[in-house]
Amino acid sequence: MHELSIVASIVDTVTESVAAYEGARVLEVRLRVGALASVVVESLEFCWGIATEGTSLEGSKLVVKTLPVVMHCPTCGDVELEGVQSFRCPRCGELCGDLRQGRELEIESIEIDEMDKVEETA
Amino acid sequence: MTTRIVELRRGILKKNDELAAGLRDRYTAAGVLVLNLVSSPGTGKTAFLEWTLTELRKRGARVAALVGDLETDNDARRLAASGAPVRQINTHGICHLDAEMITRHLDGWELADLDYLFVENVGNLVCPSSYDLGEKIRVALLSVTEGEDKPLKYPTLFNSADAAVITKMDLAVPCGFDRWEALKNINEIRPGIRIFETSVKSGVGLEEWLGYLVEQRALRG
Repeated sequence: MHELSIVASIVDTVTESVAAYEGARVLEVRLRVGALASVVVESLEFCWGIATEGTSLEGSKLVVKTLPVVMHCPTCGDVELEGVQSFRCPRCGELCGDLRQGRELEIESIEIDEMDKVEETA
Repeated sequence: MTTRIVELRRGILKKNDELAAGLRDRYTAAGVLVLNLVSSPGTGKTAFLEWTLTELRKRGARVAALVGDLETDNDARRLAASGAPVRQINTHGICHLDAEMITRHLDGWELADLDYLFVENVGNLVCPSSYDLGEKIRVALLSVTEGEDKPLKYPTLFNSADAAVITKMDLAVPCGFDRWEALKNINEIRPGIRIFETSVKSGVGLEEWLGYLVEQRALRG
């Protein structure tokens, strides 16, 4: 539901970050999105074109890496859950509430095309 | 063409998170316990909060509330009948409250004069889970009319909650509400969470809820 505001926030952050690279164009934006982040990847992609129009991100590709939920089971240690329907250790069956991964919503990195100074002045 | 990878590792909602962290510091310094109430539209958040504000005031506690809705100040007017200071936040289409809206609407309130501050979020079980408002306790509410599997359908929100409140327990029998199934589902999504089974009509479970608020304020206020 709030994917457009999330995309707008990504555009702002990336725009700020590429300001240091004069004239650079963004080719790719890589996100890490946890299974519990409440974000629909298809909706992000749907908004992407419109939200990036007229910015240094125009024409860039959005790459989303989805992260599963990882819980810390007191008996088995860190365990990966298959879905988000049950917070039970898949090994021993115990319920565990100690979340170690799954709420991430972050920009991991961006790939930019640094405008060659020579070309620029030519 | 020279391509370069720039590592950012930046939270997408970083601005909100920073504002929320600032709010949390302010709340802690002021000694006010802040709760964020989240549910679907129609769960009975406002009725539940009306009762809570009125009852806490009767017992001498200093309370206030911020209430979020897309439009109208109907809920603020209902809550203000409790005698507590209340402010309406109209989001005009935005499906959640964010830390900036809270910061803006707290302007002019002396937080140190409060014991409890309640934030009634926009009725929505999806988006509010992503936005930290600096609260100490996030309360997920669900009514008996919504079905026992609500926590399974909206795991993100229930998993991020610190307490769960089941409302309209007076309607449990006519609705064929399977109490054990609901408790099991909440616990499956958020193991060990405190659960209150309440009704503002019959009064069931409300003393226990108030007891929890007093205990939490003493612990974390």
